[in-house]
Amino acid sequence: MNSIGDKSAPVFGVAAEFSCARDLYHAAEKIRDAGFRRWDVFSPFPIHGMDEAMGMRRSLLGKIVFIGGLSGFLMAVVLQFGPSSVLYPLVVAGKPTNLFTVPAFFPIMFEMTILFSAFTAVFGMLIMNGLPRLNHALFNWDRFKKVTEDKFFVAIESGDPKFSERAVRDLLESLGGTNITTIHGD
Amino acid sequence: MSEATATIEKLSDEEKQVIRPPLVLNKRTMGWISSYISSIVEDKTPTWWWVSMGITVPLTLLCLACLAYLIATGVGVWGNNHPVGWAWDITNFVFWIGIGHAGTLISAILFLTRQRWRTSINRAAEAMTLFAVVCAGIYPALHVGRVWMAWFLAPVPNANGIWQNFRSPLLWDVFAVSTYFTVSVLFWYTGLIPDLATIRDRCTSKIKKFAYGVMALGWRGGNRQWRHYEKAYLILAGLSTPLVLSVHSVVSFDFATSVIPGWHTTIFPPYFVAGAIFGGFAMVLTIMIPACAIYKPLHDLVTINHVDKMCKIILLTGSIVGYAYLMELFIAWYSGNPFERAAFWYRAFGPYWWAYAAMMFCNVIAPQMFWFKFFRTNLLWVWIIVQFPNMGMWFERFVIIATTLTRDFTPSAWGMFHPSWVDVCTFLGTFGLFTTLFLLFIRFLPMICMFEVKAVLPEADPHHGEAHH
Repeated sequence: MNSIGDKSAPVFGVAAEFSCARDLYHAAEKIRDAGFRRWDVFSPFPIHGMDEAMGMRRSLLGKIVFIGGLSGFLMAVVLQFGPSSVLYPLVVAGKPTNLFTVPAFFPIMFEMTILFSAFTAVFGMLIMNGLPRLNHALFNWDRFKKVTEDKFFVAIESGDPKFSERAVRDLLESLGGTNITTIHGD
Repeated sequence: MSEATATIEKLSDEEKQVIRPPLVLNKRTMGWISSYISSIVEDKTPTWWWVSMGITVPLTLLCLACLAYLIATGVGVWGNNHPVGWAWDITNFVFWIGIGHAGTLISAILFLTRQRWRTSINRAAEAMTLFAVVCAGIYPALHVGRVWMAWFLAPVPNANGIWQNFRSPLLWDVFAVSTYFTVSVLFWYTGLIPDLATIRDRCTSKIKKFAYGVMALGWRGGNRQWRHYEKAYLILAGLSTPLVLSVHSVVSFDFATSVIPGWHTTIFPPYFVAGAIFGGFAMVLTIMIPACAIYKPLHDLVTINHVDKMCKIILLTGSIVGYAYLMELFIAWYSGNPFERAAFWYRAFGPYWWAYAAMMFCNVIAPQMFWFKFFRTNLLWVWIIVQFPNMGMWFERFVIIATTLTRDFTPSAWGMFHPSWVDVCTFLGTFGLFTTLFLLFIRFLPMICMFEVKAVLPEADPHHGEAHH
């Protein structure tokens, strides 16, 4: 049997290669219907509709970014009213320093909302993706280098409750996968 | 190809109009896209690159030398003086920051409006944004005079117990420009992650593997990653769209909230934003046309169709700018305000008439050539014509800033502006800095967004080749 990595290390999962986005998409639908949970498809670019094919819901990131943006907005409110109304009220051209001055505070409120939202979006995305990380069991497989070029892969992890090496190999073969390989961790 | 042609021939004329030209020409494959774009980064450094760096690096050093001289001597080495306190420095600041706006427009607004042709130009345009904002940032930072006190712009507690005036448009500008730069960096880097992974997986030398490996953050391209990634990208595009409109609006507030005749106008925010996009697209074409001439196969990705579309955007925004110029003149007359009328009279017929005429010709008249398809699709002509917006937008800012200040309310306070050699050398130097950064970008990072171009290929559709239903 074809296997990669340190044989004494635990099995990470079984992976197979596909040649085009269409085949990968249909393979994903079958694996979803077979009831697997811990698996993933890998592609050089995001494939339209793959979330449904894998049976996944919308990413939660949007809601998290809303919280980030809200904290940026509140930060700007405190940052501007704190010094301008309380710590250091500065009367310029006879303008008020209380709540009535709020229109002049809109630009900075807006910018801070954007800034905090953008940071939350990027770092939230990285954390949800488990990045950054220096290595991964899949990187032991030389063929997997092509995933960032023009090849497509499926990997079903050993942590899945329905995982059995034999059955997964047969499933991936029946779906048209090639170069079916058992991946060992480090 | 023959099969596709046969299908197209069967269609009626109306149906043919619906079919769009392919975004990537010559049926390039995913593998070709990766290997060609990456080869620009992987191959031996070409001679033209060293020659170009041989010109731009000394210019960058000239800029740095001028800045060092300014810091050591004082801001008086520039030509700014009463009554023209804002001159070339603020002109150049607005000029550079405006150039950046086209990059964000391409990466964010065209993304939200699903203009899929943007994919082959967004990376380079975003890089251009960052480098233009770096050049822009130099001027206000140095213009504060005592640079070591520039941290007073940041609202942090200090020993003097004083705080910033948050109602000042200059402080809004600090927040707007720094947010713009930070978000642009985040957006750009997020877009780079999958492509850095491509280069990581291809490169052979250990140092490169390590460097690109660290920068790619361990990206694997799993759909469980892509779905958060795509969401993050969409959110960043959604955030950048109002951001880019706000930045140049806030820049225009620096002028519009003052009471100087010629500055105190409500038309400024949309007029500045349109002008920024206008000048920015001109700069995108200025640098992309030579880049594609050097790397000829890029013409399959950045096609003549792209150039044509960008020229149309230049024509549109240039006409908006022209409308704003005429509206300014109309309102100056219609307002009945003698100072407002005088300000615009001096702009057009005063001692700086040549700057006003240059602005009018470069921004309003020259781009009208783009009504003709010939001028939009001939690369040499396009390159020549877009130099007019590049120059014209500088003159626009000079007209707005310097000529307005030379003559305000009392004739006893009038005076001309004369740039010093430091003004000239610093400005030339920022072009060196901009080009140097862009050359480094071309050499070390993939200048076309590979994964997005792959995603617009017909075979990227998971239902490609299946019957339509």
